[in-house]
Amino acid sequence: MTLAAASHGFLSPTGVEIAFLLVGLVTFGAAVLTVTTRQLVHAALWLVVALGGLAVEYLLLTAEFIAWVQVLIYVGAVVVLLLFGLMLTRAPVGRSPDADSGNRWAALTVAAASAAALVWVVVDAFRATWIDLDGPAAGSTAVTGASLFQNWVLPFEALSVLLLAALVGAIVLSRRAKAERTAGPPAAGPPAAHGADKGGVR
Amino acid sequence: MNDVLDVTLRLLIVFVVFLTFPLIVGQTEHKVMAHMQGRLGPMYAGGFHGWAQLVADGVKFAQKEDVVPADADRRIFQLAPAVALLPYLLVLLAVPVGPGEGAVGQVVDAGVFFVLAVMGVGVLGSLMAGWSSANKFSLLGGLRTAAQLLAYELPMLLTAASVAMAAGTVSLVGILDAFEWWWLPWQIVGAVVFFVAGLAELQRPPFDMPVADSEIIFGAYTEYTGLRFALFLLAEYAGIVVLCGLTTVLFLGGWHGPWGADGLGWVWTLLKAAVLAFVVIWLRVTYPRLREDQLQKLSWTLLVPLSLAQIALTGVVKVVIQ
Repeated sequence: MTLAAASHGFLSPTGVEIAFLLVGLVTFGAAVLTVTTRQLVHAALWLVVALGGLAVEYLLLTAEFIAWVQVLIYVGAVVVLLLFGLMLTRAPVGRSPDADSGNRWAALTVAAASAAALVWVVVDAFRATWIDLDGPAAGSTAVTGASLFQNWVLPFEALSVLLLAALVGAIVLSRRAKAERTAGPPAAGPPAAHGADKGGVR
Repeated sequence: MNDVLDVTLRLLIVFVVFLTFPLIVGQTEHKVMAHMQGRLGPMYAGGFHGWAQLVADGVKFAQKEDVVPADADRRIFQLAPAVALLPYLLVLLAVPVGPGEGAVGQVVDAGVFFVLAVMGVGVLGSLMAGWSSANKFSLLGGLRTAAQLLAYELPMLLTAASVAMAAGTVSLVGILDAFEWWWLPWQIVGAVVFFVAGLAELQRPPFDMPVADSEIIFGAYTEYTGLRFALFLLAEYAGIVVLCGLTTVLFLGGWHGPWGADGLGWVWTLLKAAVLAFVVIWLRVTYPRLREDQLQKLSWTLLVPLSLAQIALTGVVKVVIQ
């Protein structure tokens, strides 16, 4: 620890570190706006800024592959899915007064707790680690792939099983809903399910 | 100083290509459509072969009033064309046109992921336009755009992954360096799937359901006028340039040719991309529009299984030849 601080100096930032901090501030601001704005679609778009800012942070940490995957998956797919869902249900232009939740304090507590845990873990793990920008790329695709499939292959496989289970679960759920609908109108069943389907189409 | 000059020159060249190539494709589309469909309009302006039609269009767009609907979300409405257009400029940076490091704007280590990721961002522009217009036709167009992107992004990624597997690298420059002529028959299914999925992502006919003018006026772009509308059109043509360039690089061997790969590499790239661009226009002129459910069905029941089969084939061949 002391060695790293001695060799690199403390509070003598390079250009990359300043850029990292500034992008981090933008990301943080966008994230706060995401959860505080009263306009639903604006929240999704601020989320794009926050996720894009994260991708830039990965880039600055030389993890190029992770950065592009972040853009591809989160901006290109997750946010599009989110916007799709918003447009399909309800996305008025302007403020939504009811876009607030009574759980805000619980959510804030959970967010603060998870942030504290993450910061603690990251600081504890990488406190004395410096990335040598002049050496071989530390986050290139080849390096990432090698470490993923040599050191971290078990978590990788566990994740793939988890995703498969989620996929199967989603298919089962959608098929069950369909089977219930085709079984005829239920005598005492709630008509809300049908209404919800059609309510999506404006 | 030399480095700065080098970077500036590269950026300048990419920018010039970005400004001119889409217009060339647009002009070609006018003429090819005019010939194929016997249209008289595009052959008139300026005299010989209607050469001034594109100029006239540009002047027309510049003259029109820039209108923002009263109920629209003003800032997002105005930002959307830029979000739709700029990603293609970034993608062009990473597309190599010739052999060596001198013929690409910027060598990107994970090039395949970079281009696909950034291309996906462009669709956000259409979604923003569709929502912020406060018009139900625009909203429907935005919905269709999103559904189409979700359906066609997957086969595109899978086929690109197949090429990356074959080359053993995800760098566009590396893929071209590893290319052999017999990859063409080996990856041909992937090439077709990639090209078709790319057409769908660009919302080009026969996949232009999001802008189907006979049903929802012009989809997400209904409320746009003047230069902002022109920017969306420009984004479409820039998308054609990018898609054709990428298909050339990934599947058709880029700068490899029967002869003259050292000096004339860039000619081969441009030639292949130009032929593909002609095919894009040809498809627009000849094929009717797919219905929304046919569009989804084509992707999920045909393109995705085909691309998975291509990946399996790539894996088997790769293991056998090692």
